[in-house]
Amino acid sequence: MPEPLIEVRGLKTWFPVRSGVISRVTGHVRAVDGVDLTISQGETLGLVGESGCGKSTLGRSILRLVEPTAGEVYFRGKNILRLRRGGMRRIRREMAIIFQDPFASLDPRQTVGDILGEALDIHRLTSTRRRRAQRIAELLGLVGLSSDLAGRYPHEFSGGQRQRIGIARALAVEPLFIVCDEPISALDVSIQAQIINLLEHLQEQLHLTYLFIAHDLSVVKHISDRVAVMYVGKVVEVSPAGDLYRRPRHPYTGSLLSAIPIPDPRLERSRERIILKGDVASALDPPSGCRFRTRCFKAQPRCAESEPPLDTVNQGDHQAACYYPLA
Amino acid sequence: MAFSHLLELENVHTELSLAEGTLRAVDGVSLTIDAGETLGIVGESGSGKSMTALSIMRLLPRSGRIVEGSIRFKDRVLSDLSEDEMEAIRGTEMAMIFQDPMTSLNPVYRTGWQVGEPLRIHRHVRSGEAIATATDLFQQVGIPDARSRVRHFPHMLSGGMRQRAMIAMGLSMSPSLLIADEPTTALDVTIQAQILDLLRRLNREYGTATILITHNLGVVAGMCDRVIVMYAGRIVEQGRTEDVFSHPEHPYTWSLLRSIPRLDAEPHEPLTPIEGSPPDMVHLPAGCKFQPRCPFAVARCSREEPSLLQVRDQLARCWVTQAGTELNA
Amino acid sequence: MSNAPAIVAAEGPIRRRPVALLELARKNRGVLVGLALVAVLFLVALLAPVISPHDPIATEPDNAYLPPLSPGHALGTDELGRDQISRILWGARISLPVAFVAVAVGLVAGGLIGLVSGYAGGLTDLLLMRVIDALLAFPALILAIALVAALGPSLRNAMIAIGIVAIPAYARLVRAVVLQLKPMEFVVATRSLGATPVRIVLRHLIPNLMNPVLVQVSLSAGFAILAEAVLSFLGLGAQPPTPDWGQMITTGRTFLPNDPWLAIIPGVAISITVYSFNLLGDSLRDALDPRLRR
Repeated sequence: MPEPLIEVRGLKTWFPVRSGVISRVTGHVRAVDGVDLTISQGETLGLVGESGCGKSTLGRSILRLVEPTAGEVYFRGKNILRLRRGGMRRIRREMAIIFQDPFASLDPRQTVGDILGEALDIHRLTSTRRRRAQRIAELLGLVGLSSDLAGRYPHEFSGGQRQRIGIARALAVEPLFIVCDEPISALDVSIQAQIINLLEHLQEQLHLTYLFIAHDLSVVKHISDRVAVMYVGKVVEVSPAGDLYRRPRHPYTGSLLSAIPIPDPRLERSRERIILKGDVASALDPPSGCRFRTRCFKAQPRCAESEPPLDTVNQGDHQAACYYPLA
Repeated sequence: MAFSHLLELENVHTELSLAEGTLRAVDGVSLTIDAGETLGIVGESGSGKSMTALSIMRLLPRSGRIVEGSIRFKDRVLSDLSEDEMEAIRGTEMAMIFQDPMTSLNPVYRTGWQVGEPLRIHRHVRSGEAIATATDLFQQVGIPDARSRVRHFPHMLSGGMRQRAMIAMGLSMSPSLLIADEPTTALDVTIQAQILDLLRRLNREYGTATILITHNLGVVAGMCDRVIVMYAGRIVEQGRTEDVFSHPEHPYTWSLLRSIPRLDAEPHEPLTPIEGSPPDMVHLPAGCKFQPRCPFAVARCSREEPSLLQVRDQLARCWVTQAGTELNA
Repeated sequence: MSNAPAIVAAEGPIRRRPVALLELARKNRGVLVGLALVAVLFLVALLAPVISPHDPIATEPDNAYLPPLSPGHALGTDELGRDQISRILWGARISLPVAFVAVAVGLVAGGLIGLVSGYAGGLTDLLLMRVIDALLAFPALILAIALVAALGPSLRNAMIAIGIVAIPAYARLVRAVVLQLKPMEFVVATRSLGATPVRIVLRHLIPNLMNPVLVQVSLSAGFAILAEAVLSFLGLGAQPPTPDWGQMITTGRTFLPNDPWLAIIPGVAISITVYSFNLLGDSLRDALDPRLRR
């Protein structure tokens, strides 16, 4: 098995909720509430879940863009949560992030050249101005943009082109690992495939490792080697991609899969659908035991009593946190 | 003359005047829908699908204007109606649901009061009665604990529940036409499944004709009898859903079906992207509007714009597939 | 290779960056007029020594109380026979620099407080904002008067007092914008690259603060001119015989029944100046508001 690049152990990121005149802490949003994950060198781990499940916070916690409350994040064997400012800055060269909203993720006041050059300046990656300009042109070329666009401002580009600029910025530091935080959900449908293919192409060319966050299991299917499904701060199922889609074990994964419409009228009309009742549970006050039990069609009294650990279902690489898994 | 269709659009052109210039948001759209039918309109942002809906409802933004064509609803020509007459139709005979359930309810009124509003306006029902009806409607659209939910303010409801409340409001006058503009785009997939299930049920039980506007081809496949594909303000393909999905006759539809991630694909199956960017509506290319991105374009495509003609079982706006039909004939 | 990315070029002509002052003036008539009026005021202040027909403090007792439109004295003369138009023109040389310095004090101190408060958050934010709240609890002018009274009446102290009074507006504005920008993805992206807080503030926050601050500068310049006039009117600012508009109103007040123009003319000068700055500020706000654009 390939070397794990990232290892997450017992990671928790809680956000305090304050109220009152003196801002007393009255509770915590348990955005990430005890997550274990490994990501191997060169693979893509898809991370899927509905809005508010903590997938984005998990991605940012791994990069320490959000400070986790507890747990460990090992990057190449080193716990980066212990690093001080200087060490963390060096590590930042090896990790990057791509965002969802191509309109909010680029500073409107900077040219494309400035945006890409910033990473080079921070880490002093290019010694001369000429070398810097060359590298910026190179980065633009990598993402399929012509190099004479460096002097332009973000508002002059379409959504798909801006997303390419965002990707070029992530590549500027020559990272090993990139968190792709819903990189295509804000794009027009006809553009999404361009960006997915670009990311796959770059992975091959630059030997990148991805954590690919999405709310849609169909998007993840085209890019992931393994998939983790999150529900209210917890990973409930993790598995090699093919296995997960063929045979989901956690009822939540099963219902997520059945909820995604397939663009084939005959297939779509004959599908059996699991319609969940109710809404996603609150991360402020998650249900006791299994967090999914309030919406689950297989829930039993035991599910409220104790929380099933992720290895309740354990078939080698395929794990699910459920006492009554799907067949 | 007796009307033949519930709604009939004939060659509708809608213009928007923006700072960058005037653009044809809707360019010669003709369509019909009958009672009990579900019609899907698919397209990307800027394709004119929402503007078509707003033209029907006569709810265009200030900068928008229908410059040509006619819209007939039942036996009336909508453009002939005064604003008052149009207001009497909106909410009673045709209703619209919008994409964003967060902003389409007024935050300062209780949900039950708002859902009952059409009844108070159009049927002059007293508030107590309107709220009782709203409670019934909440139950019908599957909002749990309806009795207390009608007393809640919008912010106390989740996104899915707000969208249900909007649907309840749309249904309060039992309209014969419901226009749903991206009703599930802002929602999570499991909530989307709930809402689509609800719309399907309502269509079956009440026979409400539904126009479903979406960019999601999967949603159309599961919901619609017929589908219209729009690009750059024009209808590029139109037909029965099975026909359009099984053998698309416009390259845009064909490419779109190949470019979207699908659940029934194999893992790591590569996607075939559509090259280029969505069209700049102010500076549209000559000839076929999709031709700059089209993998099948021939010389004629950049000179002349094709019209929407019969190709096999459906209508398509493409020189190449139309030529194929002629050859076969 | 089939899935190698195609080279994409941006369509359309090259457009320059969206917000340059002159560009806005070309598109928005309010900005144009406001900007023109303010430019004229600055020119007047600059050229007062050249364009004034008389020495503003030279007395001509024989020619006292001349009404406007008198030969040689277009706006008449005051009780000591000083030429009114020259005093008005020279008065701009007091009002504008005072406004300039006061705004600078407010902007630098308030901006710094806002940046620190918004970026650091937590206890720092809490403490700084309570100080600002305390400043805001007093009516602005009364606070300025109290401050000058404590520091001693002089033009310099008036500038400082007005500047201090302007601090809360800048602090609150800058803090609000920083709070809004800080979670934005482009700021997070820069942090993910390993940028230091200083870099984020200098390269990303400050450039994006320019527009709202520009609006506030114009509006508070209007306030500063008014406040200076009030302080001088009360004898707390410019001292005689300095040709100052507020001070001219004080003197003119005595002669209101017989020679009302002595108070009216400087009053009009103040109004026009304040109006110019407010017009510029309001129009800039409209022109820069992203909700009103597109």
